[in-house]
Amino acid sequence: MSEASQSHATITSLADIKEYRGLLSWVASIDHKQIGIMYVVSAYFFLFVGVVEALIMRLQLIRPNNHLISPETYDQLFTMHGTTMVFLMAMPLLFGFSVYLVPLMIGARDMAFPRLNALGFWLYFFGALMLYFSFMAGGAPAAGWFGYAPLTEKSYSFDHGIDYWALSLLVMGAGSVATGINLIVTVLTLRAPGMTLRRLPLFVWMVFINGILVVLAMPPLNAALVMILADRLLNTHFFTPATGGSALMWQNYFWMFGHPEVYILVLPAFGVISEVIPVFSRKVMYGYGLMATSTVAIAFLSFGVWLHHMFATGLGFAILYLFAASSMLIAVPTGIKIFNWIATMWGGTIRFSTPMLFATAFLIQFTIGGLSGITFAAIPLDWQLTDSYFVVAHIHYVLLGGTVFAMIAGTYYWFPKVTGRMMSERVGRWNFWLLVIGFNGTFAVLHILGVLGMPRRVYTYPDVPYFGLLHAISTYFAFVLVLGLLVFVANMIWSLLRGKVAGDDPWDAWTLEWATSSPPPPENFERVRTIHGRRPLWDLKHAAVAPAATKEGR
Amino acid sequence: MERNKMGMLTFVASEAVFFALLIAAYIFYHRRGGEGPTAANSLDLVKTSIFTVALLSSSVTMHFAVHSAKAKKSRGVGVWLFATIVLGAIFLIGQGTEYLGLIREHVTISRNLFGTTFFTLTGFHGFHVAIGLVMLLILLGLAMNPRGLHPDSPAVEVISIYWHFVDVVWIAVFSVVYLWAFV
Repeated sequence: MSEASQSHATITSLADIKEYRGLLSWVASIDHKQIGIMYVVSAYFFLFVGVVEALIMRLQLIRPNNHLISPETYDQLFTMHGTTMVFLMAMPLLFGFSVYLVPLMIGARDMAFPRLNALGFWLYFFGALMLYFSFMAGGAPAAGWFGYAPLTEKSYSFDHGIDYWALSLLVMGAGSVATGINLIVTVLTLRAPGMTLRRLPLFVWMVFINGILVVLAMPPLNAALVMILADRLLNTHFFTPATGGSALMWQNYFWMFGHPEVYILVLPAFGVISEVIPVFSRKVMYGYGLMATSTVAIAFLSFGVWLHHMFATGLGFAILYLFAASSMLIAVPTGIKIFNWIATMWGGTIRFSTPMLFATAFLIQFTIGGLSGITFAAIPLDWQLTDSYFVVAHIHYVLLGGTVFAMIAGTYYWFPKVTGRMMSERVGRWNFWLLVIGFNGTFAVLHILGVLGMPRRVYTYPDVPYFGLLHAISTYFAFVLVLGLLVFVANMIWSLLRGKVAGDDPWDAWTLEWATSSPPPPENFERVRTIHGRRPLWDLKHAAVAPAATKEGR
Repeated sequence: MERNKMGMLTFVASEAVFFALLIAAYIFYHRRGGEGPTAANSLDLVKTSIFTVALLSSSVTMHFAVHSAKAKKSRGVGVWLFATIVLGAIFLIGQGTEYLGLIREHVTISRNLFGTTFFTLTGFHGFHVAIGLVMLLILLGLAMNPRGLHPDSPAVEVISIYWHFVDVVWIAVFSVVYLWAFV
């Protein structure tokens, strides 16, 4: 162990690192760890904002013909909720984990372009503020998070909400592309000696592929945003049917971005799960090669499925069949991953610490969300269910029950590394059960509501059988969900101040980030030895007894 | 591969998708403009061809600048960069006069779908040329400064990647907007 440890004995908390003292050291930072922390803190802040918006909507829907808020406010709330959760919470949360962990996992000092890294964060940060400034500038956007034209045109959305929405997404989009480029180049050029692509931790693999997705999928969104801004500010005709423009053009461009985007939101979460499950099952990842290749397959296929968001727009059948087939096909590589995770757990010595609990819940909930997703690839089912609460249930199962649960697993797993303190396991269990019960209680019933015909994005509904009851159930459970999230935040704050000192490697893990002190010093490692396998830290710890480890991942 | 080069290539890949979609939009809307100006009745193929030659030649001079940088001839770097900047500027001036002429004829971005797609596509390209000129001017400034840029710096190479990209985009834009209109 002494061989492996590069611990600076004096570092046990962030306060011990003198380079991190004072506000200026954070604002002016180009250190990937500080930037990563700022991403994650901002993302969790916007998670809170988005949850408050959702809670107001749930209260409005608690009984039929309710008039707690006006329809206009409701429209603004669901637009801001969706935009916030996708662009201000999920993407920065994933980027935060990525820029914090990738250099540590590959044994690098920092990202390939540290200044570009800071630029990416600040573009996100000020883009996010610009979006929320719209509330003070005459009204938030109210056209849904995918802002369909021509509703977003000046003649239908006259105030400046959409302008702020499009501009802030452009700014954040530029930041995302910058971060995507940075992640790709970091992984390709800064790996420690001996760390071949076949020895890369799976989290790094997923983040790398994610970088490629970001770089290629953001431009369609940016192109669409430029066009809608031109329509609104320069009176052009891209999306105005009256003068020859095409509303479908927006949908095509938006979903060319939008469908890769859902994989952008989930691939790093897959990466987190692929790190957590092997460590807590005490087994190597089953099917490492397949995990990496299936990720490439997902990235490739994700550019060829966007039309399934538009099955109800009256396109020709030939093209519908094509996209139905590709949409079903993309379930295959995702299914491979699920089976590989289960196979890793199978026969392992599973430790149900909090990260593993969340990872297990992720597996089940993401599978449910994946299955409800496949129903949309079947054209007749899509026609029946599109724009109903079934879609709402689906997206929350994959993004909240999937991505957010995985990122909470990741938070419990890496919190000791980032802060030097363990999170409370006892509170973690409360956190887990409240979230699982709250989440499933809130969203499982929405499937039924959708099948019964409740359309999404309407601020109230008539008193028809079961609607009131199911909405009320959903709203009550939403409070349990929020309580779970509050317990999570409380656990983070309490553990940061009072948590048990973690030490370098509290989980007996295998990847390089655990070889340095917790939190890591600004330079990350004093030196990095040549990597001989997929579990470099395990090799170091067992250097005397297991030279055979070098066979792995050749 | 050198990391700055790789970063620029990745960025160019992203930009290529952006321009591909703007070009696709131009093609998609080509026949939907209805009444009013079109590419065939408002654009001047000959004039634009001349400016196109200037931009395409700038790729050649840029190539020589990189060549000089690799051979550590700082004088050559300065001369070729200057030539590239002049040619790029001629292109931009050409585009400016073309815009001016069109606007005098009331062919504007809001006139009809031709104006919308034409000005959006060529405008974004011109914007990219302008950004390229700024980067080239910075390079030139560094190359002129005796204590500045070391002539074999990969910076010249990295910016040449961007400059060639902007050129290639123009070949596509010119083919689609100008040549296609007169077929």
